[in-house]
Amino acid sequence: MTQTTLDTPTRAQPRGARAVLHDLLRRPRSAFGLFVIVTMLCAALFAPWITPYDPNDQMFDGLSLAGAPLPPSSQFWLGTDLLGRDLFSRLVLGAQTSLIIGVLANGIAVLVGATVGIIGGYFGGWIGGILMRFTDLMMAFPALLLAIVLAAIFKPSLLIVAMVIAMVNWVQMARVIYTETRSLSQREFIEVQRAMGSSTFRILGKHILPHLVYSIIVFGTLGISTTVLLEATLSYLGVGVQPPTPSWGNIIFENQTYFANAPWLVFFPGIAIVLLALSFNLLGDALRDTLDPRLKGRH
Amino acid sequence: MTAAAKETGRADAPRPVLAVEGLTIQVATPDGAKTVVEDLSFTLNRGETLCLAGESGSGKSMTALAIMGLLPHPMARIAKGTIRLADGTELAHRSERGFRDIRANRVSMIFQEPMTSLNPVMTIGRQLTEVLLEHRACTRAQAPGRALDLLRDVQITDAEKRLTQYPHELSGGMRQRVMIAIALACNPEILIADEPTTALDVTVQAEVLELIRVLQREHGTTVLMITHDMGVVAEVADRVVVMRDGRQEEAAPVKTLFAAPQTPYARQLLDAVPRLGRSPQRPAPDRTRDVVDVADLTVRFPMRGGVLNRVKAQVHAVEGVSFRIAPGETLALVGESGCGKSTIGKALLGLVPWQGSVRIDGQHMAGLSQAGLKPIRRNIQMVFQDPGASLDARMTVGKQVAEPLLVHGLAQGSDLADRVEWLFRRVGLTPDQMDRYPHEFSGGQRQRICIARALALRPKVIVADESVSALDVSVQAQVLELLRELQQEEGLAYLFISHDMAVIDQVADRVAVMNLGQMVETGSREQVLRDPAHAYTRRLLSAVPIPDPEHRRAPVLPREGEAGSPVWPLGQSPLRHEMHEIAPGHWVARKATPRAA
Repeated sequence: MTQTTLDTPTRAQPRGARAVLHDLLRRPRSAFGLFVIVTMLCAALFAPWITPYDPNDQMFDGLSLAGAPLPPSSQFWLGTDLLGRDLFSRLVLGAQTSLIIGVLANGIAVLVGATVGIIGGYFGGWIGGILMRFTDLMMAFPALLLAIVLAAIFKPSLLIVAMVIAMVNWVQMARVIYTETRSLSQREFIEVQRAMGSSTFRILGKHILPHLVYSIIVFGTLGISTTVLLEATLSYLGVGVQPPTPSWGNIIFENQTYFANAPWLVFFPGIAIVLLALSFNLLGDALRDTLDPRLKGRH
Repeated sequence: MTAAAKETGRADAPRPVLAVEGLTIQVATPDGAKTVVEDLSFTLNRGETLCLAGESGSGKSMTALAIMGLLPHPMARIAKGTIRLADGTELAHRSERGFRDIRANRVSMIFQEPMTSLNPVMTIGRQLTEVLLEHRACTRAQAPGRALDLLRDVQITDAEKRLTQYPHELSGGMRQRVMIAIALACNPEILIADEPTTALDVTVQAEVLELIRVLQREHGTTVLMITHDMGVVAEVADRVVVMRDGRQEEAAPVKTLFAAPQTPYARQLLDAVPRLGRSPQRPAPDRTRDVVDVADLTVRFPMRGGVLNRVKAQVHAVEGVSFRIAPGETLALVGESGCGKSTIGKALLGLVPWQGSVRIDGQHMAGLSQAGLKPIRRNIQMVFQDPGASLDARMTVGKQVAEPLLVHGLAQGSDLADRVEWLFRRVGLTPDQMDRYPHEFSGGQRQRICIARALALRPKVIVADESVSALDVSVQAQVLELLRELQQEEGLAYLFISHDMAVIDQVADRVAVMNLGQMVETGSREQVLRDPAHAYTRRLLSAVPIPDPEHRRAPVLPREGEAGSPVWPLGQSPLRHEMHEIAPGHWVARKATPRAA
């Protein structure tokens, strides 16, 4: 090989959290994603101070004389809904619900899915068999039915809705991680670890997990958008977040029948969901790239 | 060119069938276009064999792909130059459509790995007839007959039966023969062979090279052979183009090149080639005690099948193997692929379940738990074939070398850093390279890192499983030298597993030859390699290519009896060989004796 060029390879930077953040901000796409996510987080956190009106207040001047919702104006920035409530205030408060559900439900799903996948994939044998058959069973079960049943048993609350969504969503993650761990555990560098006498815990944590970061991040961020949508579906069916608490999903479903006359009622929460999902995906892609030493310096 | 004609003894003037002129190939990389072949020119004369020789990254394969119009699109492109056939047909910058009449009809190619080049779900017969029909070489009615003729041409046994078989049912050598048959189906003028024997065992390699030679004589095909192996070059080439970093280093008739290489690089390359019978003297190891003592080692793998997934048969990978290694000694295990040599190495490290008795530095390994094995593991470490695969791509190499010390709780903090630094220097790397990741190193450097990691625990034995096989010859020589130095200074014992007889001749004190999971001959290097007693050893040695065009190797000895298989139905076992001592320390399996039930 070209000895001269390979003797002076590009120096890898030590990967501190600060360096990763710097890297993310340097890329336009991930910087955009980060910006949107931070903005929505702030909106959720400081909702009571940001909202111009009480999100649940059915204002008298929020409706036209004929009783129709108002389009966006200088008074109501994003217009009002059928009950004369300010849409902007509801969206800001809805960010709270949607983000909590998105992060919490998805976090649990990722954690459960990755753990099941790693354990099943690394140990194989009867442990892997049982775990994966259970996963297959969950996959075959209609997710919505399961969610409805669970939500019917437990009284719907934010936490319960998050748990229900997590129960449904961990399966895909488990499947993907299982397959990857399976092939990783047969690679030579893992064999080296066994020959060295490394403990199973060390092999899993130091050598298997870092290789799974890519899939976990990508599927984790993709999962956030499905989670928000599933929450919306559940809300629509009446087993999700209960009105009048707004979530982006239930705002859409409350108003979808009036789409032809008041398109802003569906359009703005839709944009919010798309933006959130897109931002997480952009951030996920960029994180994967910065965390992989082999892709260093590429865009 | 006239020299070439003289060399090969042809009376007629050389007639070029392919002329490459000023060929420059560029590959797109994140850092901009990189030139991988620069201003390369050569001509290919009718009926001759031209070898493009060079180490990895020399651009030899890229050149072959450019001629076939198979450069990976759009990453690579021909930036400059022409590639012309005898009648003036230009091959550079031809469209995919325009290449259709060229490929197979005029130029065809065989690749390194015949398994991946054949379609696994189509019979051999269909793959052959498809090529014939696609290129309208014959009518549909004639096709099966032509296919059979082609298989007979490439000397495949039971040609009729092969037509109905699938690629996985054939051996590697047979698959490569099928590939050659497909390549020759439309009688091309030029056959490009890209490392056609690199994936094959040495005896099979000898047979395939012989076949290419015979076909060339009969059909007058011109061969462009791409290879890294100077032994193969000496065996088949008429003329050689030595390449390095995409440039032509030297072009000469093969005998001139080997007798008097003009450029320093060609000389260096030829000097680095390991040769049988030119082995260095080695100090005699102290044989009074053994650091490895293996007795009756047996490894069997179950093969499951049927509806209930029950064990149907067993692969008898290793069957009753015994050997000892003294401190400072190198025992070489040699044999063809599937003979069980790598399995022995894995068994010693406890990576596969085994039966028998293994003692490392006096301690028994049989029946120990993982925790019980841990202290013994400090004494035996392994260096694998592919350093790229045995390093974790996501951990810095410094951390990976430190790992064994951490796992065994031998060092911490600044002591650990000092030990790792020392190890890096020990294998010829600099400590400032510790913070880098494996992909930033060359193959040879990566293997040094693996050696440093294996040395971290100061083991008494290192199992080197084909540790230099994936490296270029010049790098291979450096790594072998490092291993020799370490052995001298630390008194390491090596179990050196390899298929390469010439490398073994360089490093071994004693050699054990394996076939189908059993040892067939063992003794000192001189006894086994200079005076082989077993037919299998003789056959292996007769197939080793000789890197000297003046002394072309005699044809490989025929195989004695059937090739055999290590797979046995449940309850049956192969007959165990009985070893006889024919000279002090030289044991040979003479005849198989039935095993007591």
